[in-house]
Amino acid sequence: MTGHDVYLLSPEISLVGLALLVMGLDLVVRRKGLLTLVAVAGLALPLALSIVLWVDVSSEADGRLVGVMGALSIDKFALFFKFLIVGVMGLLLAASVDYTRRMPGLRGEFIGLILLSATGMMLLAAATELITLYVALELSALPMIALTTFRMTSRSGEAGLKFLVLSGVSSALLLYGMVVVYGVTGTTYLAEIGAALATPMDASIPFGSIALLVGVILIVAGFGFKISAAPFHMWAPDVYQGGPTPVVAFLSVASKAAGFAILMRVFYTAFPSVDLDWSMLFAVLAVVSMTLGNLMAMVQSNIKRLLAYSTVAHAGYMLVGLAAVASRIDGDGIAAGPGSLLFYLGAYAVTNLTAFFVVMVVANKLETREIDDYSGLSRRSPFLAFALAFALVSLIGIPPTGLFIGKIFLFTSAVQSGLAWLAIAGVVNSVISAYYYLRIVRLMYMGEPSDGKKLGVSVAFGLALAVSAVSVLALGVAPRLITWITDGAARVLMG
Amino acid sequence: MISEGAVWAIFLLPVGALAVNALVVRLFLNDRPSLAMFTIVAALGAAVVLSVWTLASVIENGTHIFDEYTWLTVGGVELRFGLMVDSLTAIMLVVVTSVSLMVQVYSHGYMKGDPGYVRYFAFMSLFSAAMIGLVMAGNIIQLFVMWELVGLGSYLLIGFWTHRPAAAAAAKKAFLVTRIGDFGFLLAILYLFFNRAAFMEQGLDPLSIADIQAAAPLITSGAMAALGGLGLTWVAVGIFAGAAGKSAQFPLHVWLPDAMEGPTPVSALIHAATMVAAGVFLVARFFPVFEASTEAMAAVALVGAFTALFAASMGLVMKDIKRVLAYSTISQLGYMMAALGIGAYGAAIFHLFTHAFFKALLFLGAGSVNHATGTFDMRYMGGLRRIMPWTYALMMIGSLSLVGIFPLAGFWSKDEILGYAWKGGSVVEMAVFLMLAVSVAATAFYTFRMMYMTFHGQFRGGVEAEEKEQGIPAEDSHGGKVHLAESPWVMVAPMAILGVGAVAGGYLVNPQSGLLGIPVHWFSEFVVPPVVEHGKALPLNSMLAAVTTIVALGFIGLATAMYVKGKRVDPGVEKAVEPVRRTVEAKYYFDELYEDKLVVKGFYGKLGGFLEWFDQQVVDSVVDAAGWFSRNLGWAFGRLQSGQAQFYGVGITSGIVVILVAYLVWG
Repeated sequence: MTGHDVYLLSPEISLVGLALLVMGLDLVVRRKGLLTLVAVAGLALPLALSIVLWVDVSSEADGRLVGVMGALSIDKFALFFKFLIVGVMGLLLAASVDYTRRMPGLRGEFIGLILLSATGMMLLAAATELITLYVALELSALPMIALTTFRMTSRSGEAGLKFLVLSGVSSALLLYGMVVVYGVTGTTYLAEIGAALATPMDASIPFGSIALLVGVILIVAGFGFKISAAPFHMWAPDVYQGGPTPVVAFLSVASKAAGFAILMRVFYTAFPSVDLDWSMLFAVLAVVSMTLGNLMAMVQSNIKRLLAYSTVAHAGYMLVGLAAVASRIDGDGIAAGPGSLLFYLGAYAVTNLTAFFVVMVVANKLETREIDDYSGLSRRSPFLAFALAFALVSLIGIPPTGLFIGKIFLFTSAVQSGLAWLAIAGVVNSVISAYYYLRIVRLMYMGEPSDGKKLGVSVAFGLALAVSAVSVLALGVAPRLITWITDGAARVLMG
Repeated sequence: MISEGAVWAIFLLPVGALAVNALVVRLFLNDRPSLAMFTIVAALGAAVVLSVWTLASVIENGTHIFDEYTWLTVGGVELRFGLMVDSLTAIMLVVVTSVSLMVQVYSHGYMKGDPGYVRYFAFMSLFSAAMIGLVMAGNIIQLFVMWELVGLGSYLLIGFWTHRPAAAAAAKKAFLVTRIGDFGFLLAILYLFFNRAAFMEQGLDPLSIADIQAAAPLITSGAMAALGGLGLTWVAVGIFAGAAGKSAQFPLHVWLPDAMEGPTPVSALIHAATMVAAGVFLVARFFPVFEASTEAMAAVALVGAFTALFAASMGLVMKDIKRVLAYSTISQLGYMMAALGIGAYGAAIFHLFTHAFFKALLFLGAGSVNHATGTFDMRYMGGLRRIMPWTYALMMIGSLSLVGIFPLAGFWSKDEILGYAWKGGSVVEMAVFLMLAVSVAATAFYTFRMMYMTFHGQFRGGVEAEEKEQGIPAEDSHGGKVHLAESPWVMVAPMAILGVGAVAGGYLVNPQSGLLGIPVHWFSEFVVPPVVEHGKALPLNSMLAAVTTIVALGFIGLATAMYVKGKRVDPGVEKAVEPVRRTVEAKYYFDELYEDKLVVKGFYGKLGGFLEWFDQQVVDSVVDAAGWFSRNLGWAFGRLQSGQAQFYGVGITSGIVVILVAYLVWG
């Protein structure tokens, strides 16, 4: 580690420091609310350091700073994810301040583990070498597994155990895939793998050789688990149902975003020469994920399971952006596949957080996760009902919301890549999804509440919810707020 | 020269008023409702000042176009949003902001004590913002969004008294009928979008209004052949369909009379002065496109002139004062459309301008009368001129202006349209002239019939008598009371200001000779943009003016004889015209045609029958299959819910195997 490496890793290092600080403070302070305050305020440091790095990177000729023996590339792509993850964490920690009162002895650990997991996710987005990538992946996953058990119920423990076992399975598959790729190419650096495969070995076999084909599919399975794409999604409903809601919220946005980050990084850097082969794989996985997710979501009665299948469906929409390889770059880059995927990840993050925040309060105050108990929510709290309704409208993809624009970008990029059928499948699926999302909206506004209980929220929660809901609107009205960042980030992948 | 920010502010001020009213006053200060009124009055007051400044700047510097913001880029087309402020926009801004301001002040008196007072002003802010955004939109998509928001505002305000079924039904009807027209408008936009290549070859943006205007002459000259011929006509017809829906032109006129269920100030602002004129504005906005197509021009002219006559005939027999005014509005909008159709651009906008003032005044007057009598049914009014002298005098000014009596505002604008139709010699123009001239006579008669029934004779009991005689169900009651007195100054003062416009708004802005430094025909010359070929000013045809005035006076005399002197028509004649009268009173059975035949028989019967079959046979079996599939899938997963994580591992590995096999088979 040179001094320069420390500089490049400064956001991650400061995050680890913050995690240690919070857990240390937990031992001495009595008012545990202070921990949240310290954590949220402390996020300003990694954010500021990331901004400094962004400015620095922008002035580089090739738009990147390489460190730690070439294993990390600090570029706009990695920094976009740093911003996203820090932002998600800030909102989530502020919003979960009430929820964490229910786990009295664990508040410091709760915050600390989230911060550590986020460190792994940030590293993941910057990793350009297979071993580094694997370590970052485990760093991001293990704290989440521990956090899943924090509800201290048998269901929560069961979910954690399943998550642990299946996470292990997927890691094993991923490692095996990496080994095969290393065996074929003789290197673990993504850029060198790309160079080694620049001239396909055998054009008649997908990916040039059977060994590489197997390796790539194993890698896809490993990452597919992370992003909960079908058929690697089966853990999601159980873990979502069993885990604490804030943890699940973090899992569904930050963890998914990090998974897509590394998926894009690996495939665009290491396998660009065989892009048409994997494009079709992702297109098929996209359709399977959307369709299966939406169909399964229809029959759920538990809101967290419904949202779990909803994230599976959304992983499907996002894969459209990955499949749209032929539109990698166009005139101004916005509509290009990776750029639209990054936009979608941002818009999805704020939308899903908005939805989960409301679920969090309802779970906390009404002690229920059943959809039927959302009946008449507008009379319990117009603010919460409106925020959830708005988030659900965004998940369907109706203007003026962020995911409406996101879907326009994604489906346009598919059409531009000659995958019009994929765009049509996406639109049809969006229509199907309206059925189960709008059912909740109707219940909240047309249904009668079972009792006269009103729901109040704390200031911190109200602010976090308002910020995320307004962001959903802002991205729907003024997509340019972040397209200048996502554009720059997507260009990095194009080299 | 006005800055871009100042123009945006005209739009953003009412948006701010909406935010304050909806988020602050409604939620936290509901016990001090008049704050809502002050918020919007302050916002619109500032907007009026900025609009006048904009007008001055356009007079000095010509058209301003601000379009640097790209909203998003899709399919190679940049969706921009910006402002296009030409002379038409500047005039519309002044009309919209000033009439809206007067109506808000008046509303304070009219809506006093209504439990929905704050909600009312929040909706009014929404409407005003959308209407302002509509007239200054620089892009057709932006215009369309505002167009729909205006429709939303109208819907919310017609149905404002949600507890009355008639109001809810009227709101729905207005929304649906205008939607039919909007569909045509949307198709026109899509047509432009799909032909974007032709625009882009010329370096034009297919969605920018200024570029669409610039493209029209290129299309006629053959430089943009892809859009030539019938294509252009379809664009024009599609736009006109949208305009006809909003401006309640035949055959989409049925919603406007029902829209009178909303609060009266709403009728004055939305259904007389601004939103319904948006259709006229829309045709004027895309006038170069219309000019390039003779067929489209003829269609606009004939539909407009026919509407003018057709609606005026229904105004003759209505018993409800607001319905008389509603049909009068449809008729006058027909005048404007007809004027555009025969190329009289300047005259059409001039009439829009004067009409906004005198018709808003008449509606506010009707509201004032309602304030005193509790009813809108003229059969239960009468004798009010001694009780409400101010309202009477101001409504008389409005009526004379509407009829077109020298030297009031309406005289100048109406005669300019008639002069145009007279001057042209084509068959279309002759037909337009005849229909418009006959409607002058009808207008004179129904206007004075209304005035006499309301203000002359003896008072006939107001709402109390009406409810006793008609047996109106309680839920449809307006809840009005008889309270015979002049309305408070907060209602009379805005009427008086509009009255000034109804008197002087004609000659002062469009004088026949140089006057007080105002150039001859200033308005008509100013408002016609350089891209428009037709429609410059025309000197007054004094012979024609004299004849129409004599006709109008004659029919006022007839109304006087019948409704003041009480002269009866010969019973034989009355009997002979009885079937005609019935038909007209039934509004030519259009509601029956649309509702019973088209909607009930056609939609519910035929189409509904088909859809029911389709739903039960096709959709249900698909849904059943999907449900069966999902349920069984759910069951299958449910079986593995009891801690069997190993199955999930099986799922992952079998997924890998399936993918591998698929690659080897099809790869």
